[in-house]
Amino acid sequence: MANTLIEIQGLTKTYGGKGMVAVQALRGVDAQVQQGEFVAVMGPSGSGKSTLMNILGCLDRPTEGSYILDGEDVSRLSKNELARVRNRKIGFIFQSYNLLPRLDAIKNVMLPLLYNLDNGKSEAEHRQQAIAALEVVGLGDRIHHKPNELSGGQQQRVAIARALINDPAIILADEPTGNLDTRSAEDIMRILCQLHTNGATIVMVTHELDIAEYAERVIYLRDGQIVSDKEHARAIAHLHNGDNGKSE
Amino acid sequence: MSFFKTLKVAWEGLMMNKVRSFLTTLGVIIGVAAVIIMLAVSAGAEADIADQINALGANLIMVMPSMQRAGPGMGGGRPVSLKYSDLTVIRDNIEGINGVSAEQNTSQDVKGGGTTLSSIAIVGTTSGFVNVHEYRVAQGRFITDQDNDRANKIAVLGYDVAQELFGDVNPVGQSVTLGTVKCTVVGVMEEKGVVGTTDYDSRVYVPITLVFKKFVNARFGGTALRVVYVSAESKEVMDSVMEQLNTLLMQILGTDASAPGFTMTTQDSIINMRASTTETFRNLLSWVAAVSLVVGGIGIMNIMLVSVTERTREIGLRQALGARPRDVQLQFLLEAVMLSLLGGLAGILVGVGGSWIFNEFGSMRTELVLASIPLSFGAAAAVGIFFGYYPATQAAKLDPIVALRRE
Ligand SMILES: Nc1ncnc2c1ncn2[C@@H]1O[C@H](COP(=O)(O)OP(=O)(O)OP(=O)(O)O)[C@@H](O)[C@H]1O
Ligand SMILES: [Mg+2]
Repeated sequence: MANTLIEIQGLTKTYGGKGMVAVQALRGVDAQVQQGEFVAVMGPSGSGKSTLMNILGCLDRPTEGSYILDGEDVSRLSKNELARVRNRKIGFIFQSYNLLPRLDAIKNVMLPLLYNLDNGKSEAEHRQQAIAALEVVGLGDRIHHKPNELSGGQQQRVAIARALINDPAIILADEPTGNLDTRSAEDIMRILCQLHTNGATIVMVTHELDIAEYAERVIYLRDGQIVSDKEHARAIAHLHNGDNGKSE
Repeated sequence: MSFFKTLKVAWEGLMMNKVRSFLTTLGVIIGVAAVIIMLAVSAGAEADIADQINALGANLIMVMPSMQRAGPGMGGGRPVSLKYSDLTVIRDNIEGINGVSAEQNTSQDVKGGGTTLSSIAIVGTTSGFVNVHEYRVAQGRFITDQDNDRANKIAVLGYDVAQELFGDVNPVGQSVTLGTVKCTVVGVMEEKGVVGTTDYDSRVYVPITLVFKKFVNARFGGTALRVVYVSAESKEVMDSVMEQLNTLLMQILGTDASAPGFTMTTQDSIINMRASTTETFRNLLSWVAAVSLVVGGIGIMNIMLVSVTERTREIGLRQALGARPRDVQLQFLLEAVMLSLLGGLAGILVGVGGSWIFNEFGSMRTELVLASIPLSFGAAAAVGIFFGYYPATQAAKLDPIVALRRE
């Protein structure tokens, strides 16, 4: 069932202007993401990957262009409506986990439920849901640990559980393994692949070929434009050899 | 986000920095305590005045002869003063009065029943005293006109004096020695307690003429009355009584309206004076309360602004997870209101406790005004909302991307 989940057309984003030097972070991006796809976004630093993810995640609005998410045009929604879309349709995974340090794992996972008023579920059901999400990421035995009692990989798994809790239409991950060692990164990717196998739609930014290889499709950005959109990461790496992001 | 859950989140926010939260509320604590103590003190003062009115009778007129020589030129004429015998003239000629009395006090050691009490207030007075002060005899009788006419060596004991001297023995018929003057006890007054600064129960009452004869140096003022108390029957006849008194006194003293030789004061004017003192005190405390509430509010605003800056990343995350600007605003507004309400609660405890301590251990009478509790609680809530609004709005205005990127 090839259901189009994301459809962007002529997307541009200009920062600054009005006296300041205007930066064109995106210069006309067209793309579609089908339901159930696992897409990696690559490109050199400053190419506009995060800018694109912020717009896809409804954290920001495009300067021009249209964005239809799950059948709804979200490119001109108000701040309040964008908040609702973020809450119901999007699960975020950040490079730096972004867990609240004073809350334990289960409370962190339940955070999005606070802002989901009309799901009509009781507190007990919420807890059940959160525990189930933590079990999916293999942390069923760590539900009452605070972030500072968890390893980086475990913290990122809590963040994945948090992204899953509202059963989002799409999971957006901006360099989810950027802060992790190879082993933990593999754990995280295995979980994302598992979610993908179970039908989740995932868009992920990464600098690393090894990580991009888990995806079934790679979009390559440069200077705010898509320069290639291919099935396999290796092919893209050959195409753009020498400018795959970070220089380290 | 539901209100109750926001409340919980706000509470958790406050508990992150317990000491800081407590210090922030100090201003509100002081402000609220000041409001409660202020109202308790003025209520206490009003109750004091009310007691005094009850004790002296509301319709009391005090006549004070000027004791100066009247008439044309300095030193001319005779000293203008009222004598004991003038009281009868007043009583018989003025319409609408309950009683007339005068007082001349002295302080003497009192011996009786084998006990000596030192420096007891001896009140020389007249038969009208009981009417003027609404004070009753418990045993025996009070001083009569006859006692005064003859300067009889009799005494009526205050309740405590009787107890201390004679205990269970009936004091009536016993003798007491006031200084060097031996008197017969003819009566004991009922218990009345302390009114204003006067302890009625630890005084001894004797004929005023006896005081003039035995205790007052005749060369200084002699038998001149310093104050004459006239008690009118009701508030309505006060003006008429004062009118009549004016005419009669000028006749007695042989003076005219240009230099009457006496002044008349009513309870009203004394009450007004006391009330204005209370008013001054109340104004002062109102300022203290207002200033500390404002200072407390600014403290809350300051801490909330710091808190918003410190928690920018948290705010960004919450927004990314679906918090609307108003959810963020409500969270921080509730934190501010909770801070000020906690301050309000603590302030109420301090205020109630402080009023009680003033009353028990201080020289100030206080009476807790119940309405001051919801009033100050409301004031604290208003401070929280007013001073919490700006930081909360700043928090709500944050751009989630910028906030998330903040370290
Ligand atoms: N808030 C902003 N104001 C001004 N310019 C911005 C802003 N955010 C991003 N930019 C600019 O937009 C361009 C794209 O930035 P973006 O963060 O999307 O790059 P990126 O591909 O995510 O890079 P990296 O791989 O380093 O994370 C950059 O030139 C950046 O300087
Ligand atoms: Mg980036």
